[in-house]
Amino acid sequence: MHTEARSARRSNQIGRLFIYGSLIALAAFYLMPLWVMIVTSLKSLDEIYGGSFIGVPQAITFEAWNKAWQEACIGTACTGLRPYFINSILMVVPAVILSTGIGAINGYILTKWRFTGANAIFGLLLFGCFLPFQAVILPMAQVLGRLHLSGTIPGLVLVHTVYGISFTTLFFRNYFITIPDELTRAAQIDGAGFFRIFFSVMLPTALPIIVVSCIWQFTQIWNDFLFGVSFTAGQSSPITVALNNIVNVTMGRKQYNVDMAAAMIAAIPTLFVYVVAGRYFVRGLTAGAVKG
Amino acid sequence: MSLKNKLDLWLPRLVLSPSLLAVLIAVYLFIVWTAWISLSSSQMVPKFDFVGLEQYVRLWSTPRWHTAVANLFIFTTLFLAITISLGLFLAILLDQKVRAEGFLRAVYLYPMALSFIVTGTAWKWILNPTLGLQKVVNELGWTGFVFDWITQPSFAIYCVVIAAVWQSTGFAMAIFLAGLRAIDTSIIKAAQIEGASLPRIYVSVIVPMLRPAFLSVIVLLSYISIKSFDLVLALTNAGPGSATEMPSTFMFAATFRRNQMGVGAASAIMMLMTVAAIIVPYLYSELREDRNAH
Repeated sequence: MHTEARSARRSNQIGRLFIYGSLIALAAFYLMPLWVMIVTSLKSLDEIYGGSFIGVPQAITFEAWNKAWQEACIGTACTGLRPYFINSILMVVPAVILSTGIGAINGYILTKWRFTGANAIFGLLLFGCFLPFQAVILPMAQVLGRLHLSGTIPGLVLVHTVYGISFTTLFFRNYFITIPDELTRAAQIDGAGFFRIFFSVMLPTALPIIVVSCIWQFTQIWNDFLFGVSFTAGQSSPITVALNNIVNVTMGRKQYNVDMAAAMIAAIPTLFVYVVAGRYFVRGLTAGAVKG
Repeated sequence: MSLKNKLDLWLPRLVLSPSLLAVLIAVYLFIVWTAWISLSSSQMVPKFDFVGLEQYVRLWSTPRWHTAVANLFIFTTLFLAITISLGLFLAILLDQKVRAEGFLRAVYLYPMALSFIVTGTAWKWILNPTLGLQKVVNELGWTGFVFDWITQPSFAIYCVVIAAVWQSTGFAMAIFLAGLRAIDTSIIKAAQIEGASLPRIYVSVIVPMLRPAFLSVIVLLSYISIKSFDLVLALTNAGPGSATEMPSTFMFAATFRRNQMGVGAASAIMMLMTVAAIIVPYLYSELREDRNAH
């Protein structure tokens, strides 16, 4: 009996060792690319070509960051990423606000003012979450041209808002369905109308899902490449397109440190949001999979 | 019925209608538009004539498209198999009451917050055969180690798999972990009392209970792999040559670079039909279950 307990304890210890060993090894694998990006961006080009890849920089220099931010050439314009970073902000802020606002009111209607056909409408909207955008970029390019919006930031705001509605509606619909109907009914009896109930009864309860929706939309739109590369050119491109252009320059000695600094600059906003509000990010991620 | 009540009855529909209209146009009408172009003789500019399935015949007789379809098949199979196994493995390990769980979870998941362009840029550098990972391993003493897949036409697609797995495992893990947390722990205890070992309990009791999570992960990862475009472009630019061409990169190049709008539209419709074949039944079953639950 005694030895049995001891062997059970030993096998338990081996189990724990296996668990922590695997978790730590895999954590190292997931962190490695970020580490490589950061140390490469802080090295001089000579050090990189001298063969330092994964090691800590001998002398930290921010030269590559400076180049990526204001000197690197995107096409023929050597302005660095700064103007494109600004483009992305000008695109992402209105698109996030608009698509989240529209999603909120849609979710409210689809749950609290149910009418015949509401479910069918929701189904129609939902397919938009899984649309391969290749199937719509051709006509979208034509329509943006007709509206004189091709190659402009407002054009991208419009596109991202329209294709964001599906996801934001899904978020708010699945959230509001958990809020008891009695709440809205009581407000109705008190004489509150459609908008009054939305603003003073529903929205105050919806803070968590507003955060989820904003974070999701922010990440999606900031990271978008397909719309950016299809509908803009040159100076009006978002940052992902500019980053890809910097990296694909084939002239001269390849500046890997500038590439990595540029990638970090493009990654920092979404990484920051992830670090600050990771919990809400995960909720957005799983919302498409786990129904509310 | 008073005027106010009547207004309240119609207001919701009125407010919803612009969204509905926008989606009907930007999703459904545009799909019809693309489908029509795929049946026309359009090349540089859209033409609205009708040539039957000519563009589809051209598409399927293009060697590049065959490469793209084969690559999609290889990529999807490996990407799904590895991401799901690794994600499930991580979720099960994290579910063993480990220390620093929150931190570890954040580490596995952060790549999901990055743009595929960033991921592609980083991995292109890591996989660089002269200055990247290969060199590190060589310097550690294993001088014969060669890792130049990214320059080998027949291996480059596996580089795309590695980067895509790195980016998406956290997502699979998060969904599996949510599934595991929803399982009643008394089941595990009961099985343990019966004398079953922990790995056995997982294989024969817990994993089968994760069926809904598996379904979600499979569907969403397939969707990610069919539309994956940015990663391929940033990592290999569909090369070397056209070795890592995918349907998404093919569509883009045909439409915007080679003035083959009709062929591009036909390839887009092929992609759409593949996605729809996976997504529509999934959404239908989710919505129907939803209705039964309420």
